[in-house]
Amino acid sequence: MLEYVIQSQNKFSLGVKELWQYRELFYFFTWRDVKVKYKQAALGILWAILQPLVMTIMFTLIFSKALNVSSDGIPYPVFALSGLLIWNIFSNGLLNSANSMVLNANIIKKIYFPRLIIPMSTVLTALVDFFFALIIYSVVLIYYRQDVSILKLLLYLPLSILITIITTFGLGTFLGALNVKFRDFQYLLPFMIQFLLFANPVLYSAKAFTNPYISFIMKANPIASAIQLCRSIFTGQEVDWASVGISCIVAIFLLIMGIYTFRKTEAYFADLA
Amino acid sequence: MKPILEVQHITKKFKIGSKQESYLSLRDIIAKPFKKKEKNVDTFSALDNVSFDVYPGESIGIIGKNGAGKSTMLKILSKITPPSSGKIISRGRVASLLEVGTGFHPELSGRENIYMNGSILGMRKFEIDKHFDEIVDFSGVEKFLDTPLKRYSSGMQLRLAFAVAAYLEPEILIIDEVLAVGDAEFQKKCIGKMDAVSKSGRTVLFVSHDMNAIEQLCRKVIILEKGVLYKKGETHELISNYLNENKIFSFDTLKLAEKVSLTNISFHPEEITSGTNLNFKISIEYEQTAIPAIRDLCLLIYSLKGVRVAVADLREFIKNFKKEENTLSLEGTIENMNLVEGEYSIGLHYNINETRKDIYDVNQIRVKPCLTSSSINPYSPNYRGFLELGKKIKIT
Repeated sequence: MLEYVIQSQNKFSLGVKELWQYRELFYFFTWRDVKVKYKQAALGILWAILQPLVMTIMFTLIFSKALNVSSDGIPYPVFALSGLLIWNIFSNGLLNSANSMVLNANIIKKIYFPRLIIPMSTVLTALVDFFFALIIYSVVLIYYRQDVSILKLLLYLPLSILITIITTFGLGTFLGALNVKFRDFQYLLPFMIQFLLFANPVLYSAKAFTNPYISFIMKANPIASAIQLCRSIFTGQEVDWASVGISCIVAIFLLIMGIYTFRKTEAYFADLA
Repeated sequence: MKPILEVQHITKKFKIGSKQESYLSLRDIIAKPFKKKEKNVDTFSALDNVSFDVYPGESIGIIGKNGAGKSTMLKILSKITPPSSGKIISRGRVASLLEVGTGFHPELSGRENIYMNGSILGMRKFEIDKHFDEIVDFSGVEKFLDTPLKRYSSGMQLRLAFAVAAYLEPEILIIDEVLAVGDAEFQKKCIGKMDAVSKSGRTVLFVSHDMNAIEQLCRKVIILEKGVLYKKGETHELISNYLNENKIFSFDTLKLAEKVSLTNISFHPEEITSGTNLNFKISIEYEQTAIPAIRDLCLLIYSLKGVRVAVADLREFIKNFKKEENTLSLEGTIENMNLVEGEYSIGLHYNINETRKDIYDVNQIRVKPCLTSSSINPYSPNYRGFLELGKKIKIT
């Protein structure tokens, strides 16, 4: 028989068993968020495809046509889109998971389920958008007759997505937990994300970094590494595996930090939210 | 037989005082080291050392006044908030209904919401699939299954929500006051369903102000008073005792919404004669910055058994609230209160700053019999219902 104890501070655990019990909720939360996101928009789910397209056109006009930024020898739209694909998982995932606990406060206050499901499924929602964006990506690749190494595509793309998701999830749960207590993050985060968009080599080449300190930081930066990895499928540049390795370690560290903070504070979400 | 729930020495403390708002801002934390440490933060015990056991198949009612700790108890039992100390050993799958329609989303259709709500309540997808037709049937909204929930009337939403909950199959079911809403027919349906649940051998914990519902559903009751377990025992004995004991309705302030509280709700005279006028005064205090937007206000009149006798709808008079610094007050008269003699408890329904709620037992009124010249002895008050028609009968 199922027997459990409710008391003030349980010993720290990941609660994997419980997450497994409630696994269907991941699906339902993600499904709800995807559904609700494009409800009552005339174009509906088409927006998931249009958004990255519009962004690419916009940035191509500014960075390629007006500023003539180098794009590592591939057409700028291909270059920008490979950065934006990763970036959008990160920025949407982070923004939504950081706000997710506050947004779902009415549910948290009324019913119990493993709280981690909420920020986790918002990251999954961002991933769904990513798959739609892939459609545009393939169209752009065909349009520019971009050579693609299938082997690299099958290896590098999933790896870069994995790094991105782990990072996003780590930071997202961390900020999500803090946001319950300190709503300041709600206001800070949009600035942080804007800053990070320009601080990461999303729209320009990482070669633009000449300062050795910044180059070093970029090596350890999981998002920059994921973008590099995703881009190297097309540019034919060597992958800096040391950098990818360090980034993986950083990503996993962020994940542990996020989950630890979240699990430590989640018991009081209902009192604070 | 081992108890299915062992509640042992549960205490829940909340910090109160200006320093501990419901959440802190980052600025406070940064500034903290530079401020003088405030000694002994005040704490308030919502629950104090409460212990009881529940055996499989029992249905237990939890009663008590506003602020007695009932809701906190349910929240701890449903794992929503942890106790400050003490522990609960639970030996079964718990489902709690602290609200109907948790997780309902206005943009989703009825069908989609059934799945969303069901899975949040802990049902597996195959269970929802299995009961889907019955749920739709019970709710009676089959025509609108693919309409977004935001186009449903509140009654329809409620029926749909309860229908989903009715097909939960936990070993322990925890229910909060969810029956306080909805029309009479639907309430009857719900009570019937809950009765069936408890008869099927599952364990039910039920919080309500409605003593009739408690008497119908629960064999045992627990009375909480100011966070302490006051009494536990058979429903019939305890409820009549509880009702006979003097109810004291005293509060300094009662929080209605964020930064808005009820400071006074009083009636004059304290004891009225049936058929005469009753004067009332309501004062609402708010924090300097924002005048609260009152959209709804009703006085609810209940019998001591928790049956709603009448509603004094004050929506029309909201504009008549008088403003003095930080306080809004409304005075008025209900004419010709022809209630059968006895005690009645007053509740309040309101919508202030988009917080909509019913609160109970904010005050009470006592009604004296009106002396008639008739030589016929009146029946006993219990027998006469709530409304006095004595003078209303004319023979033609």
